Parts: sequence; C-alpha cells; structure tokens
Amino acid sequence: MIRRNTQVFIAVLIVFILALLVVFPVGEGVLGKRGVRLGLDLQGGLHVVYQADLSAVASGDEAGAMDGVVAVLENRINPLGVTEPVIQKQGTDRILVELPGLDITDKEKESLSRVALLEFGELVAEGEEPKWENKAGQWKPATAVIDGEEKELTSRYFKQNTYVDRSNLGQILLIFEWDEEGSQLSEEITGRLIDKPLGIFEGDEALQGEDGRPIAPVVRAIITERGQIEGLTYEEASRLSKQLNAGRLPVPLEILYDQTISPILGSDFVGMSVQAGLIGILVVMLFMIFYYRLSGFLASLALIFYGVLVMALFKLIPVTLTLAGMGGFILSIGMAVDANVLIFERMKEELRAGRTLGAAIEAGFDRAWSAIRDSNVTTLIVCVILYWLGSTIVASAPVQGFALTLGIGVLVSMFTAIIVTRTLLRLFVRTGLTSRTGLFSPHLGRK
Amino acid sequence: MFDIVGKRRWFFIATGIVILVCVISLAVFRLKAGVEFSSGSVMTVAFEQEVVQADLEATLADLGYANVIIQRVGDEDFLIRLPELDSKAKKELETGLTGRLGNLDVKEFDAVSPLVATETTRNAGIAVAVAAVGILLYIAWAFRRMPNPFRYGACALVALAHDALVALGVFSILGGILDWEINLMFVTGVLAVIGYSVNNTVVVFDRVRENLVKDAKSGFETVVNNSLVETLSRSLNTSLTTLFVVIALFLFVGATIQNFAVVLLIGVIAGTYSSLCIAPQLLVVWRKGRWGRGVR
Repeated sequence: MIRRNTQVFIAVLIVFILALLVVFPVGEGVLGKRGVRLGLDLQGGLHVVYQADLSAVASGDEAGAMDGVVAVLENRINPLGVTEPVIQKQGTDRILVELPGLDITDKEKESLSRVALLEFGELVAEGEEPKWENKAGQWKPATAVIDGEEKELTSRYFKQNTYVDRSNLGQILLIFEWDEEGSQLSEEITGRLIDKPLGIFEGDEALQGEDGRPIAPVVRAIITERGQIEGLTYEEASRLSKQLNAGRLPVPLEILYDQTISPILGSDFVGMSVQAGLIGILVVMLFMIFYYRLSGFLASLALIFYGVLVMALFKLIPVTLTLAGMGGFILSIGMAVDANVLIFERMKEELRAGRTLGAAIEAGFDRAWSAIRDSNVTTLIVCVILYWLGSTIVASAPVQGFALTLGIGVLVSMFTAIIVTRTLLRLFVRTGLTSRTGLFSPHLGRK
Repeated sequence: MFDIVGKRRWFFIATGIVILVCVISLAVFRLKAGVEFSSGSVMTVAFEQEVVQADLEATLADLGYANVIIQRVGDEDFLIRLPELDSKAKKELETGLTGRLGNLDVKEFDAVSPLVATETTRNAGIAVAVAAVGILLYIAWAFRRMPNPFRYGACALVALAHDALVALGVFSILGGILDWEINLMFVTGVLAVIGYSVNNTVVVFDRVRENLVKDAKSGFETVVNNSLVETLSRSLNTSLTTLFVVIALFLFVGATIQNFAVVLLIGVIAGTYSSLCIAPQLLVVWRKGRWGRGVR
C-alpha cells in the first residue's frame, strides 16, 4: 500500500507540474498556447442581441433570411478587427453579437444594424399619402412600371462597386452604378422628374448632408447608367459605400438587449479579482494551519494545487472568465476546504478515541466520504440549474459564468481535498512525526 | 458541554424578531426590481471632475429624467438607472450631462427591452422553482433512512425558508436606504447559498441519526444537543472559510459585484445560524412539544 501511495503521489505531482505549465506564463502557457479568455465585463466590448423582423419574409424562407443577416453582419464586423467576434443565431429570429475588447462608438454601433437600403422618393401629389416627411416636403417612393409591374427605385439595383470620390470643387461624391433593371427604372423615373427633386432615404430618415439638411437633388438630366449622391460627409459616404457593397440586411433588426462596456472599466477588475482570490486563499490557508496544524498545512498545499488545477482547466476548456465567474471561483476556494474540514474533524475524533495516526487517517477519510459527497450534491444541483437558466435568457453571461466556475470548483475540490490531502498525509505516516499527535491537533498535544 | 438545544427559546425569540423585521421591511419598502426584470437602461458613468450626487440628480431632472435612481459605485462612478434609451436619447443625455458637469466617460451601458425583461423574469422564476424541487428531492433522499423522514425534511425546509426570507428582507432594507435592486445575480446568489447551507443542516441531522442508534439511553434532546456540539467545529470552520473568501470578494473587488458579495455574506451567516440554531431545535420541539425548557 505504501508503494501504491508513492505512485499516486508521483502521479499527483506530475498533474500539478502539467497544470502549472498550462497556467504559466499567464498570457500564453507553455502547454496549450492560449491565454485566459476574459469576458466582456473584464475586457470591455459589445454584447447585443438583435430581434429580426421576419414579418415581410415568406414562410419557409426565415432560416435563409437569418443566414443572410449573419453573413452581412460578418461582412460588416470583420473590418473592425475584433479577435474573437461571436455572431450567432439564437432561436428562430434572434442574433447574438459579441465583440470583446472593442471600444465602439454609438454611431458605429448603430451602423452595424442598419439595413443599408437606400430608397429614392418623389414629392407626393395633392391628396396622396406620404411615406416620408421632412423640411424638403412630403415624399412617396419613386416608382416606374417595367414589364407590366410597378417597381420602386432603391439601392437594390446598385452594382456592388460604389465608391467615394471628390468633385473638382472638393465635394464628397458617392458614386454608384445601376444594374440592368435599375438603369431601366432610373431612365423612366429621372425622365419623368426632370427639374424636380429626387429624395434619398435610408429607413425612416432622409440622408442628411454635411449641412444637416435632407439630401434631395434636383434632376437635371436622365440618368441611365451611373449616378452620384452629393453633399454627404466623408464619414457617412464611406460607411454607406462599404455597406452598400457588403450587401444590405435582408430584414430589419431591432436591439433587444445591449450591453456596452468600456475597456477601461474591465482592466481594473482583473487585478482586483486576482487580489481578492489570493487574499482569500491566503486567509483560508492561515486559518487551516492555525486550526489543524500539520494537516492544515497539507490541506493548504492541496488548496494551492486546487487553485492551479482549476486555472489550468479554465484555460483548457476554455472557460470565458467574467467577473461573476471569478466570484464563483473565489467562493469555491472557501467551499473547497469543507471536505478537508470534514475529514480532519473525523480524524480528531478517531485520535481522541485512541487510534494510531495511520488508522485515524484511513478512518477519517472512509467515514467522511459520504458526507463530502452529499454536501456537494446540492451545490452541484444549483450550478446545473443556474447554468441552464443562463443558457435560456439573453442577459445571462454573469449567471452562466458563476455557475460554471463554481461547478468546476466543487468537482475539482472533491478530487484535491481527498486524493491530494490523503496522499500527502499517508506520506507522513511513515515518518517519525507519527507519534506526535500534537502536530495534528493542538488540543490533543496538550493532554 | 454547551447546551445549545436547551436555550432554544432564546433562539426562537431572536429569530422571530429578525423575521418580523424582515417581513415589515418587505411590506414597507418592497423589493426594487433590477433592469433585467423590469426593462430599461443602466448607465455607469465617471466624471472627470468631482461631481456631487445631488448635482447629478438635479441635472438629470432638468434633462427630463426626474426621480431616477442614482447609486454611487466604487470611488468615482455613478450608476444611473434610466428608462429604456435609444441611441439618440442616450446621445442627448450624454451631451446634456457633459454640458453641465464636465467631461464624462460612459463605462458601461445596458439596455434591456421589455420582451427580454419578461423572458428573464419568467425563466428566473422557473429556475427558482426547479431548484426548490431539486433541493426537496435531495432532502427526501438524504433523510430516507431517518426515523421520521418527513419531520427532518420539514425542519430543514423551515431553515431554508428562513435563509431566503432574511436575504430578501435585508435587500428590501438596502433597497429602501441605498436603492439596491433585486437583479439576476441576487437570485443566483440566493440559490447558491441555499444549496450550500442545506448541507450544514444535513450534516447535523446525519449525526443525530448516527447518535440515536449509538446512544439509545439518553433522551432525544440530549442526543440532538450532543450531535450539534460534535459537528459544531466543522459547521463553524466551513462557514468561516467561506466567509473569509466572501469578505475578500466584497472588500477587494466590490463595485458591480458588491451586491452579489453582500447576498453571499448574508446567506452564509443566515444559513449557518439556521442550521445550528433553528433546524435541530425545531426537531426537538416537534418531538417533545415544548418550545423551551419548562415552557409548554
């Protein structure tokens, strides 16, 4: 049995060293070339859930429309240079977007979910119902009849080669080209609207010029192939150009949940959580050593092992660490020694009953096991339920992070508190320290 | 040997007072629902210059946001609870605040739509119900070999209800004084603590079961008291180590996780108390029909 214990000890040692190599250096372990993944609350960034408006989509085509939305969002997000963006369908009509580490302005955020469909409009005639209204007048969609079908003139008919240019006078121009159907439409409509204004709208609003006024150029000649939009700011023109080329969203999106965190906020928390974790471990270790002496010291070694092993698992799985997740981990440190406390209390009782140390250790572990198992069950039940809760709701990151880290912590602590502590204690049974029970309990020593 | 069970009358009186305070507070202050449950926006801002809360309140009122909840977080941040803002309204608000109070940095912005709030409330309710059923099943299973399994289970349940009620009560007081809200992390914390504290009760009861067999001569009250004393150092030590880390969490991380740390703190204390001073004593009362020594 002693030989077997030595083998277990060596195995534990090897696992510990492997775990150390995974954890350190913190940025990129020697094993497993990956840093700890930090959640949005720790590194800042954007977490948005969009609700797609599928009311205009024919039934049966919803999935296709959603795939289209994901593809367009990917096109728009890729240039932002986020290392690990998440763009995911949730359920049938929702899309989750997570952009960790991104410092995004409100304007950029807004433009992410813009449909990017330009619609052209003409002034309404007397008594007609307007679709848009602004300083320049009341507008309805500009339409023309092609092959017996009335069609609206929109950027749907743009070729995907728009670009921004400057006129000789230094004005910003957004240059576009009509496709075949578009040029027929445009020819009809501009022919009809000579010397009249043509409004340009995105969603409910007219495009606005640098001067803040709606853009509504007066048609001077029939436009068939190429056109240009004048008066936009450079910023707006280049955004539109990019989005028009990347494709418009097939359906409008509405923000259901929005969490935007500045990267400055998160950086403090990592340091603070690590500090809290270290102080927590230290106090628990001191307490265990003070109260349980040598066994407490061995339990402290097991606790260090526990900490390293959990961190290694976080990196390997990988677990995205959130502030609540760190909270779960720190909480699990306090709970992790519970198994050791149960065992040591049993050991003390056995020693008091006059057993030898070796026998007391074995009895302590044997009898405490059922209590350890039972006492972790409820915490695990709650973790599973909380994890499920986290997966079903939108604002879930903290709940899920907490449940995951606490659950992992509880499971690992059952291993470290039992296997590691027992192996270390058994190693000591053979040494001369065995007779000095005072090392294990101050009260027994005094007798 | 301590006589904990014999002094049960005092524990019941003390507990009764605490529960009464909690119930009154819940009736008076009620609970404030957080943004996840009631929809709206939360904005955490830091100002470059020193800003007094009263000024911020007045400025917000001028900008059309009267009676919003403002909470100071950490040393320099303000958490402002607002109705749901779209990006235009948010921009106007930021411009307005900058104009009056100087440059600011929006550290965090959360917006929850009513649809999501309804879903969250419903699912959190389901989670609480499922957790309650799970813990009940666990209790039924843990006490299956006890002489009166129903009694043991019921006493453990009363202890649980006590823990939850105290957490809710304290938070309604904090809500009344500091505008603290019940959010998703509150629910998470209460569930975690309940799951944890039911174990304390089970460990004590487990020992009662063991000693009832071993020590058939002594009366029930003595057996329960002995079991309690035997498991006392385990119960206290485990609670202490957990308290240490929770306090570390509260002191050194604070900020947005502060409320969560407080839930855990209250929960661990209430849970330890109820498993040592309520559940075993109730067991004795049930058996003997006496609320205290010599009192019927």
